[in-house]
Amino acid sequence: MAEPSLEGPPAQRVKVTRVVSANINVRQRLAEIWRSRELLVYLVRTEIKVKYKNSFLGLLWSMLSPAMTLAVYTLVFGVLLKNGIPNFVIYLFSGLLLWNFFSTGVITATGVVVNNAGLVKKVSFPREILALAAIGSAGVFFFFQACVMAIFMVVLHMSPAWSLIWLLLVAMIPTLVFSCALGIFLASVNVYLRDTQHLIEVLVGAAWFWACPIVYSFNRSLQPHMLGAGKWREWLYFLNPMSPVVMTFQRVLYDRPGLVQLTTKVPPGAPRVTAQLLPGWPVITYIWADAFVLAVALALFYLAMVVFGRLAGNFAEEL
Amino acid sequence: MGTMAVDIQGVSKRFRLHQEKYTSLKEKLIHAGRVPYEDLWALRDVAFDVQEGETVGILGRNGSGKSTLLKCVCGVLQPTSGQVVVRGKLAGLLELGAGFQQDLTGRENIYLNGSMLGLSKREVDHLFDDIVEFAELGHFIDNQVKFYSSGMYVRLGFAVAVNVDPDVLVIDEVLAVGDERFQRKCMDRIKRFQKEGRTILFVSHSPDQVRAICDRAVVLSDGKMIGMGVPGEAVRIFREELMEAGDELAMGGGEEPPEAAAAAPGPESVTLGAAPVPEATDSSRPVRLTDVTAYYPGADQRRYLLLGETLVVRVGYQAQTAARDTIFAVEIRMHDGSLVFRTDTEILGMTVAAEVGPGALDFIYEGMPLFDGAYYVNVGIYGPGGILYDWREPACEFEMMNPGRATGMVALSVQPTVVPADRLAEDPALLGLEAHA
Repeated sequence: MAEPSLEGPPAQRVKVTRVVSANINVRQRLAEIWRSRELLVYLVRTEIKVKYKNSFLGLLWSMLSPAMTLAVYTLVFGVLLKNGIPNFVIYLFSGLLLWNFFSTGVITATGVVVNNAGLVKKVSFPREILALAAIGSAGVFFFFQACVMAIFMVVLHMSPAWSLIWLLLVAMIPTLVFSCALGIFLASVNVYLRDTQHLIEVLVGAAWFWACPIVYSFNRSLQPHMLGAGKWREWLYFLNPMSPVVMTFQRVLYDRPGLVQLTTKVPPGAPRVTAQLLPGWPVITYIWADAFVLAVALALFYLAMVVFGRLAGNFAEEL
Repeated sequence: MGTMAVDIQGVSKRFRLHQEKYTSLKEKLIHAGRVPYEDLWALRDVAFDVQEGETVGILGRNGSGKSTLLKCVCGVLQPTSGQVVVRGKLAGLLELGAGFQQDLTGRENIYLNGSMLGLSKREVDHLFDDIVEFAELGHFIDNQVKFYSSGMYVRLGFAVAVNVDPDVLVIDEVLAVGDERFQRKCMDRIKRFQKEGRTILFVSHSPDQVRAICDRAVVLSDGKMIGMGVPGEAVRIFREELMEAGDELAMGGGEEPPEAAAAAPGPESVTLGAAPVPEATDSSRPVRLTDVTAYYPGADQRRYLLLGETLVVRVGYQAQTAARDTIFAVEIRMHDGSLVFRTDTEILGMTVAAEVGPGALDFIYEGMPLFDGAYYVNVGIYGPGGILYDWREPACEFEMMNPGRATGMVALSVQPTVVPADRLAEDPALLGLEAHA
């Protein structure tokens, strides 16, 4: 045996003491999760394996399905409706990349405890890990899609703002924490209220998606309508924690912070139409906005852990 | 003084049973705040500890909270109040099978289970072959577990649990499945664990198993701990509790006929069970059974016979007309219906002449050699040529209790004798006779 702790009579090894009780605080549970990190890695792999187990194209679907979404939106908004955004695929993809991570993660996490009833009813492990594994597997798909995006950018001769590439991480971390918070919360609620799953699919998949400037540009499409009504509507819009992070991604990957010449057809001789697609914020504004999202996400994460801890005690009975 | 492996500290578990389960949002909103529910305390203030290296059994009827307690120990359920402290790595098999992910293969599930028990991939690599060999799965190990038969499922679960080198092993009734050979293999492994000084917590319906392998046992009833002690003592408490529960059920059905109590020969004996008196009169069947009762000494103090005590089955009858050659037959059967012993007055070389009116015949069984369990007695009356006059099944019941540690069906008299080295070549039969003399 490789591990010396496994050798010898059981009476002499170092033993971990575990307490099963209703009063385990969040810090202890986080420590427990940390101890089970190897399980988390394994569950992420499992999640991916199971998802494409019986499909012919397997893992390829993780790239095919966003590619199809991309194709449809580009066809509808870029070609048919002619929104005039140059290299619309890249604009769309830069937002969609992060959004897909969030929505896949949260939607999968919501059902994860119910779907793994067989494990939850028989084996003890920190149940939060299931939700985290769902987010983790979304992270793996995020990586694949990022590769696809890189290929797109090379093909279309687009380059990101190399000097700001670290901003991606600044946006990524709040998104990760926020996804985990929502995922953990929803996974536990879904055990008691199975509607949550369906509700979330609609809410996140449709409503929330359109509340983020992914398909459209906030500055071009929404801001002009908000000017008259005072700042509060804009504020309301940015209360959506996904907006700042998505816009950070667009700032780095689409990299056109100023006025952009649209591709809309104009009569010959007339000047081309220009528009502001991304806000002209300085970098520090992005950092502040993302930091704010992170603060909110951390608070929500703590709340989610508290709720999950309360509800987890009876999972085995409710499933 | 050893160290504590499992410490169960005042554990209570409440389940809130909603009369109807409203799981959807719509239903919950409609019925918000006025869903009728009742609280079910599956466990109430259960407290005991298990020392390192000890094997403790948990006995109890269905619904007594055994499984809930084990789930709390395993950490699958959280107790409503109180806590369980477990020292060391715990592997458990809860109610038929381990936690497997249906869509994964046996191989993948072994790794999954391993990592849930805190093993690294490398550690599972080392154990993998042992597990597959123990589970006897062969090439099925690469099939998805959803295609496994229930036997394969349980075998794999047990193989994982015993091969991951746990400090504490928790087993819930899993030994009831699998074929006999596999069961024996499991028992062997459990015994090896005991020798290695591992701790075992063991739930079983079978008092025999508890008696055979446990150092101590705990008896649960309606979520409360009603007894703890050496296996023999715990089994006795469990049986008494079982009998009381049986009486409660019987009382709901119908009351005992007054004759049964009146027929009791002395204050030391009470009736254990009596069948109602049939009122039919039929000239073709001149002798009919009235009440049949089982007696044994000291029955007012306890509800079972001890091994070796005397059982009396009193067969009451009523003869319409005088019947010269009446044959009385008595069968003793185990609760599952298998026949333990049957005889009748004809075989015993006895002729019974039934006079008109009531009469009774005692069947006296001296030194009952039967082991734990509930038994029932069937009684029949035959006329000459085997014409059936009357038959009652079951006519009465009794329970046996074995205060010792031996297990099985029948107590055989046995005397282990050391064979001297110089006499190894001799005929064992002769040697045995000599030792006996």
